[in-house]
Amino acid sequence: MLKQIEGSHAVAEAVGLCRPQVISAYPITPQTHIVEDLGTMVKAGKIENCEFLLVESEFGALSACIGSSAAGARSYTATASQGMLFMMEAVYNASGMSLPIVMTVGNRAIGAPINIWNDWGDSMSARDAGWIQLFVEDNQQAVDVHIQAFKLAEELCLPVMVCMDGFILTHSYSQVDMPEQGQVDQFLPPFEPRQVLDPAAPLSMGAMVGPEAFTEVRFLAHHKQREALDLIPRHAAEFQSIMGRDSGGLIKEFDCAGAETVIVTMGSVIGTMKEVLAGMREEGHSIGALTIRSFRPFPSEALIEALKDAKRIIVFEKCLAVGMGGIVSMNVRMALQDFPLHVHSVIGGLGGRPITRKNLRRLFEKGLNDQLQETHFHDIDMEIVNRELEREKEQRQSGSIAENILHDVGVVAAAKTI
Amino acid sequence: MTQLPESQQKVKFYQTGTLTVGNRLLDEEHRNVQATMDRSNSLDSGHRACQGCGEALGARFAIDAAIRATGNQLIAANATGCLEVFTTPYPETAWSIPWIHSLFGNAAAVASGIAAAMKAKGREEVRVIAQGGDGGTTDIGFGCLSGTFDRNDDVLYICYNNQAYMNTGVQRSSATPGAARTATTMPVGAEPGNAFNTGKSVPLIAMAHNIPYVATASVHDLHDLEMKVTKAMGVHGARYIEVFVPCPLGWGSKPGDTVKIARMAVESGMYPLFEAADGELTGVTKIRRRIPVDDYLKQQRRFAHVFKPNNAHQLEQLRAIAAHNIKRFDLLARDGEEL
Repeated sequence: MLKQIEGSHAVAEAVGLCRPQVISAYPITPQTHIVEDLGTMVKAGKIENCEFLLVESEFGALSACIGSSAAGARSYTATASQGMLFMMEAVYNASGMSLPIVMTVGNRAIGAPINIWNDWGDSMSARDAGWIQLFVEDNQQAVDVHIQAFKLAEELCLPVMVCMDGFILTHSYSQVDMPEQGQVDQFLPPFEPRQVLDPAAPLSMGAMVGPEAFTEVRFLAHHKQREALDLIPRHAAEFQSIMGRDSGGLIKEFDCAGAETVIVTMGSVIGTMKEVLAGMREEGHSIGALTIRSFRPFPSEALIEALKDAKRIIVFEKCLAVGMGGIVSMNVRMALQDFPLHVHSVIGGLGGRPITRKNLRRLFEKGLNDQLQETHFHDIDMEIVNRELEREKEQRQSGSIAENILHDVGVVAAAKTI
Repeated sequence: MTQLPESQQKVKFYQTGTLTVGNRLLDEEHRNVQATMDRSNSLDSGHRACQGCGEALGARFAIDAAIRATGNQLIAANATGCLEVFTTPYPETAWSIPWIHSLFGNAAAVASGIAAAMKAKGREEVRVIAQGGDGGTTDIGFGCLSGTFDRNDDVLYICYNNQAYMNTGVQRSSATPGAARTATTMPVGAEPGNAFNTGKSVPLIAMAHNIPYVATASVHDLHDLEMKVTKAMGVHGARYIEVFVPCPLGWGSKPGDTVKIARMAVESGMYPLFEAADGELTGVTKIRRRIPVDDYLKQQRRFAHVFKPNNAHQLEQLRAIAAHNIKRFDLLARDGEEL
């Protein structure tokens, strides 16, 4: 059914259609609307046989899901930013115990300085935690991928994060085709755990494992994630046959075949990019784009297939490995190491910095003219940066960098960017 | 509340002189869980607890009582700690009930999740226990524990309190008493051992959550422990029992003295036994024959320094704590009062 709906409301409805049995969540911007809606739905009896736990922290939220999932209940939570960091010990624990929990991440920057706006710092902090990470481009995908996430998680016994850009998707209204309950039931069978806490057949879960087995345990976690590389496209095809639309898969190409330059990115920014790139192609530039939908497992082979004939790759990412550079680009470079390709890393949109058609156009032109550094910071004002470096040189007690920069920018100018 | 067998409500047999209470003094139907032929066995032999481990004793009696009270419809979530480590390195397990260990600080939340799952699946006859040591309860697991209390989730949390982080090598926790030697509060300097006026009483904090049942118990009185666990399992909602479990390794006591030391802690007033319902104190276990605090302390090397002349003020402080407990909880029997 077509609806004009906020991203968070759409996700809540989609999760409700998946018949979750335990939902446990702690509020954090920009995830709040999702769990508020689910709370109301459970309280109103719109989701049958479901318990909603109002916990004291994100650590408690995911820990409760660990318990409920181990006890055989389909379990869901949602978080963002600091919340992800606060639950991190449980994040690793859930995957280590093979618990198919689904968690929405309303992607948001990590402080300090505290910042509530969008980037991928939170999901990236958990990229090696053993969870499958699926990034969505728009709210239709957010709905569809959540439904696929439960199936994927439960088939593999692995937890899945659905990563959606905070505010840009969670708080934006758009048209979404909401699946019917019957369609979801047809796609997603009831949860059958591989092992479960049950007095009828007692077992011990989560005990200690020493050096004699730890490597093999970890190898199998890796192996299972790699299995998802086959399963994700298969589920996407099955989903498409029921719902009649393509909204899954490992990667998605946008006029990528034959293009000399390919922009590689994830999440919602492709929406703006598509418009810019269409204009540039009309002008005769050989430029296309590709989004990575499954960041974990990383779809190396699919990327090679899509990118091997390109000449220049520009990875646009809303995250930064401080002291190293781009994170997505590191992964792309590793996947493409056998090909003589130039991979540029562009860091942009940090902490919600607007990514506009205008500044993207400027960036892509630089790329086409070979004016990009290996690691390029998109839309950065180096004069402000240099003035702060000067201040630090001049005096030892130079104060807070963030505060100094805001003074420098000026309150009025700063307000215009958000 | 579940009606308790008369034996568990009233039986207070003591052998003259030794202060022990023995099953053999009771009628067969009144003997405790461990003495019956068809007893459950939550914790099998072969686990790796130290000799004289109070926690192993406390856990076995507590969980066995819970098994009996629930008709074996029981799942346990365990915090990281001695109890987790000595019972389960894969592929072995000493547990005969479904059991999960997740993390150090989340046992209460994991248990809440299990209880929620059981409710969602319409299997509310399956009951849930969370358990951990004092570190996993009073310190790192405190947030989750308070959350479980706050929501009044149907979980019994049992804390086995041995007053320090024993699994990591005897470091101070917020349940460590003043003056006690631990690896992080060594008996050096002007104020040797753990600082006074620190720490917290989680039983009292649990009461402040107005949860339906809170109790303290001790491994020297296993009938009382069984009674309290049975009572707790007869109630729904969040419940908390703290069991006093001496640790020979951490306390520097003789393994054979675990039960004796636990009794001395209670009889000296250092560890008050009480019950509370809905935030109100409902009963205390009176001290049967008060013993000097010094006698309790002398059993343990962790307090050895308080008997040095220049640490006399510490001994005084410990005596004052016992006196305060006795007054606060009204632990002494009045003349003619039957115990």
